[in-house]
Amino acid sequence: MRHGVARFVTGFLALPVGLYLFYVVWPFLQAAGYSLTDWGGYSDRQQFVGLDNYLRLFTDELIRKAFWHNVFFLITVPLFTIALALFLAFLLNVGGREDKAGIRGVFGSGLYKVIFFFPQVLSLVVIAVMWQQIYRADGQGLINGVLMGIGLVDEDDPITFMYDPEPFLGVPAVLWWLLLIAVWSGAGFYMVLFSAAMQSIPKDIYEAAILDGAGRLHTFFRITLPLLRDTVSVAWVYLGFIALDMFALVYIMTPSQGGPNHASEIFASVIHFNAFQKGQFGYACAIAVALAIFTILLAAFQLRITRRERIEY
Amino acid sequence: MSTLTQTPGGSAGPGQAPPPDRTRGGSATIGGSRAGARFFNGFSHLFLAVWAVMVIYPLVWVVMSALKTDSEVIREPLSLLPKRLQWDNFARVWTEGNIGSFFVNTVLVLTGSIFLTMLLGSMAAYVLARYDFPGNRLIYYMFLSGLTLPIYLAAVPLFKGVYNLGVTLPFLGPNSHLMLILVYVAWSLAFTVFFMHSFFRTLPNAIAEAGMVDGASHSRLFFSVMLPMAKPGLISIGIFNVLGQWNQWYLPTLLMQSVAGEPKNQVISQGLIELSVNQGYRFDWSGLFAGVTMAMLPVLVVYLVFQRQVQSGLTAGVGK
Repeated sequence: MRHGVARFVTGFLALPVGLYLFYVVWPFLQAAGYSLTDWGGYSDRQQFVGLDNYLRLFTDELIRKAFWHNVFFLITVPLFTIALALFLAFLLNVGGREDKAGIRGVFGSGLYKVIFFFPQVLSLVVIAVMWQQIYRADGQGLINGVLMGIGLVDEDDPITFMYDPEPFLGVPAVLWWLLLIAVWSGAGFYMVLFSAAMQSIPKDIYEAAILDGAGRLHTFFRITLPLLRDTVSVAWVYLGFIALDMFALVYIMTPSQGGPNHASEIFASVIHFNAFQKGQFGYACAIAVALAIFTILLAAFQLRITRRERIEY
Repeated sequence: MSTLTQTPGGSAGPGQAPPPDRTRGGSATIGGSRAGARFFNGFSHLFLAVWAVMVIYPLVWVVMSALKTDSEVIREPLSLLPKRLQWDNFARVWTEGNIGSFFVNTVLVLTGSIFLTMLLGSMAAYVLARYDFPGNRLIYYMFLSGLTLPIYLAAVPLFKGVYNLGVTLPFLGPNSHLMLILVYVAWSLAFTVFFMHSFFRTLPNAIAEAGMVDGASHSRLFFSVMLPMAKPGLISIGIFNVLGQWNQWYLPTLLMQSVAGEPKNQVISQGLIELSVNQGYRFDWSGLFAGVTMAMLPVLVVYLVFQRQVQSGLTAGVGK
């Protein structure tokens, strides 16, 4: 019998573990190894250089830029997406007329949910290519076209979107435009998530609050939001990962994949730039290891600050 | 938000009727006054409708632009009504733009990779969740660690590994469908195992024991008892994987570059990037929109048909 179990377990695990080791674990381990060499990627020549690549990280102007751009997305993507998603979920669930049964959701909330969720099923590539056309820097683009049509934008001086490195509030404009896409595509998904969480809050809690004379806003800020804390913090962690992964947008939409003039450079694009354009695989691996460490620290940090006792109801 | 903060309580403007008696009918009214509530209701609808338009309008614009002539795209970019619907834009991109074969490639790869991901993922998750053996935790955490590490870290060695393998085994080298299937499976395993692991844990022991008493072998127990019981979980993770792999672009961009003379085995995401990047002086605008439409519509249709399952499937992934 015991022998049968061992054979069964091995048989079931062999293929998945084998594939995973070869295509996922082994490359990760190799990357850590390459990061200690000066390997260029195309030749077989590689020399052990110790921690040189890592020391170089601290003096690299591009890395410094990329780091702050990542931090920008890490703060703004979750912040704006969650704020908008919460607001939409709030309107959807308590924006309706009220009757004896209390506050209702708005009429047609099901339809709104279906529509808001659309961007979630579109691929990043579809979103990027579509927004490339929306953001065109001439009258052929959707936004410039509309604004020129109503006379808000001069035809000779269109909004340049992806070609605008000028800082706005200290951050290159191109990053703000990328942020808008991230919020546009993420808000619907988190709205559905929050909406489901709001509906799982028992009605009698609201009834009690209403009997005590609490208004819509009070019930939202004093009851709904605190009870949603768990869901919101999970959303924050997930959006953090998404914020680190803005590469598809940068790669497809910005000039020379991180431009103009490196104004939209992020970690991933710097790795790509060093590995495939400058042919410095060893250094690119060192950046990637640094990014991995950064990601893990961030995840641990977020899990730590968002952990607290669960409320059961 | 600033409009919102003024709505509750006493927002009935001058000249409006005073709020009705709060105690009538025994239930207190919420939101201060009837007029305030009505205003709030109107505001909610307005804001929700504006956001709905912001989501839908670009999509409709893309689809309608796909039906224009190139000169219409350039001269009347905003109009949503082409003079004559140019269906042959789709035909042109399908054949000349290679979107057709990229589409078929994607379906081909996904058929294999989804089947294998689900099969291997639930096998591994089942064994890890319900059998105690030395190394169990180690393997589980190995899968889990793949969830936090960024894919860019593995990119360079993965490319080199696949390239080296292709020297001796061309069917597992770059630009091969089988290779892409295996890579998709491997990279989808982490989340699939993680998700199904928690699912198999919740299945009752009694049924498994009854099966064992009846003389079912371990693998028979898995395939005919446990796997059918895990169906809701399989649907969720299946939807998650289908969308994730259909939308995958980084792995194919890395591994599916065809050298001149090789067959074009690329997937649809790459076709779109190709269409959008080659913006030469004689650019095929309507073709680009047609390509985006063709990549977008199948997923949207599937979503509309299965929207309840898709929404719960994707949000369940976050909730765990």
